[in-house]
Amino acid sequence: MTARTRNWLLLAPAGAWFLVMLIIPLTVVFIFSFGERAPAGGVVPAFTFEQYANLPARWAAFKNTMTLAPIGTLSALLIAYPLAYYLAVKSSPKWKTILLVLVIVPFWTSILIRSYAWIFLLGGRGIPALLDWVGIEGVRLINTPFAVLIGIIYGYLPLMVFPIFVSLDKLDKRLLEASSDLGAKPWRTFLQITLPLSIPGIATGCMLVFILLMGEYLIPALLGGGKVFFVGNALVDLFLQSRNWAYGSAVAVTLVVVMLIAVTVYMRLITRLGASREDVSIM
Amino acid sequence: MTRDIDYISKQKFMQELESYRKGSITRRHFLNVTGLGAAAAVVGTAVPGLRPSPAFAGDIGDRVVLATWPNYHDPENFEAFTEATGAHVQVNVFGSNEEMLAKLQAGATGWDVYVPTNYTISTYVDEGLIEPLDTSKLPNYDGAAFDARYAEAGSVDGSLYAVPKNWGSTGMAVNTKHNDGKPIASWKEFFDIARDKFTGRAMVHDYQLTTIGSALNYYGYSFNSVDEAELADAEKLLIDVKPHLFAITSDYQPSMRNGDAWLTICWSGDGKQLNTDMPEIHYVLGREGGEIWSDYYAIPKGAPHMNAAYALINFLLDPKVNAKEVLAHGYPTADARTFELLPEALKNDPILFPAQELLTPLEFGAAATLTDPNRAELMARFKSA
Repeated sequence: MTARTRNWLLLAPAGAWFLVMLIIPLTVVFIFSFGERAPAGGVVPAFTFEQYANLPARWAAFKNTMTLAPIGTLSALLIAYPLAYYLAVKSSPKWKTILLVLVIVPFWTSILIRSYAWIFLLGGRGIPALLDWVGIEGVRLINTPFAVLIGIIYGYLPLMVFPIFVSLDKLDKRLLEASSDLGAKPWRTFLQITLPLSIPGIATGCMLVFILLMGEYLIPALLGGGKVFFVGNALVDLFLQSRNWAYGSAVAVTLVVVMLIAVTVYMRLITRLGASREDVSIM
Repeated sequence: MTRDIDYISKQKFMQELESYRKGSITRRHFLNVTGLGAAAAVVGTAVPGLRPSPAFAGDIGDRVVLATWPNYHDPENFEAFTEATGAHVQVNVFGSNEEMLAKLQAGATGWDVYVPTNYTISTYVDEGLIEPLDTSKLPNYDGAAFDARYAEAGSVDGSLYAVPKNWGSTGMAVNTKHNDGKPIASWKEFFDIARDKFTGRAMVHDYQLTTIGSALNYYGYSFNSVDEAELADAEKLLIDVKPHLFAITSDYQPSMRNGDAWLTICWSGDGKQLNTDMPEIHYVLGREGGEIWSDYYAIPKGAPHMNAAYALINFLLDPKVNAKEVLAHGYPTADARTFELLPEALKNDPILFPAQELLTPLEFGAAATLTDPNRAELMARFKSA
């Protein structure tokens, strides 16, 4: 067996998976998006741009997604960075392991169940009742965009913590000592050494969280009470409620395009900040 | 006066969590029993003497898959069925008829029995998604025992496709504690109070048929209207109400129970369950009208366990079994034989069996109401607005 054949054989399972689970379905969705809704629901083949012309009717869903996904990503970054920094740089080796496990522990329970728990924390008998008790009255949390944001940050935080932790953990601590020996104040050391060297982690974490958030369905459905609507929720409705597959496919194709554009812009931005393309380890 | 059923023991919770993870109970059941959803079906405890008759000859396989609605069966009946036949009942719970139809249209659901509502059956027949029923395999079915109003949608062009499960109405549940002890009586009041005194406290279904239907009733239009001008009025009302709503959801019992919400569009069985536990929550029918409906048992085309499907439907049609079902879900039965077995209090219950003058303005949903693309799109616009 030549090396070439062996390489092909080893790539075959992943290649087949990619073809059957990604390329073919996406092609089908693309073809459906030019079709029309069948009278009782579903799709009939056609060649029309009617579905795309109708996209403005889902403007609010795109707007919600495009606002809450970046805000959620940024908030997760701001909360995750100090945590990852502490884990990688400040904590003792013994504590480091324990604290890392604590970051992983939530993954042992399904996100569905953990999001349900938030329904009760944010509901009238949860945090609002506590606030009421200390004198802050009339706070409503559940079924608001803020509740969805909390759920997002909570759910995605570990995905942000890990890549940043890994890049900070690899950081050569002697560089920090050198910087300090040469007279740099801690803040300057952070801005000139630590932060630039952790850019790959930040880039990877943001990318992971942002891409997943763009397709988010569960958290808005549970914590938004059907009032905070993402593109993911619009898609579920189009396929399972109004059964307009053609229009649903057009919305799905648009979401993919919007994501590709967002990712391209993001990569440009990151490269300008000094990271190389290879630094974003999921790309 | 509120009975607090918000908690369960830690040990029980872990048990339920464990079965949830194994997938043996549904999401909603998990919520209900843990008090996370707090919606136990408590119309009454088991009535003595209601033992189902064991009945099936022959091997029907080891399982039967049932697609149904939340809080809609007595789990003890399923256990008895498994005991009698050896077939385990696997339950899938759905949120809307659209969703059921969408799954069947997409093909290969693996369901053996499902529970369609009256207005969907002709669509299932047109689409070739439903199996005609062979009554010789349903000895417990007696067509004459059923009130025709709640049974006629089961036959299309003279063939029987579905047998009645129970009927019910769609009205509203209101927590009178927040309205000086007074209930409300019309859809006009519903949508007006939702934008005023009850702002942030009202809920509508995540279901176009009932939500748009109620908004149409507000103007005195038909619940089933597909008239474009009338639908435009309904849309205007719904979009105006939306910022004042607590939620758009068909799982409204939990928030009614914990006090976050005070008013909701409500199916009568849920109304009965809420009223039993919290008497300050009243179930009322809108004066302008609303929906009356009937659910059926049917078999989808190509059901993988056909014999088990017939066995399960026949079992559930047994008046003794059915009476236990009624006690669990709180919806009225159309079967005179089952009605006879119900406790007197239930037979005279105003929520289950409302006075005739309240029922008169109600309408059965129409097939066109379900499949109308404009209504579907209106609902989607309302939700994403």
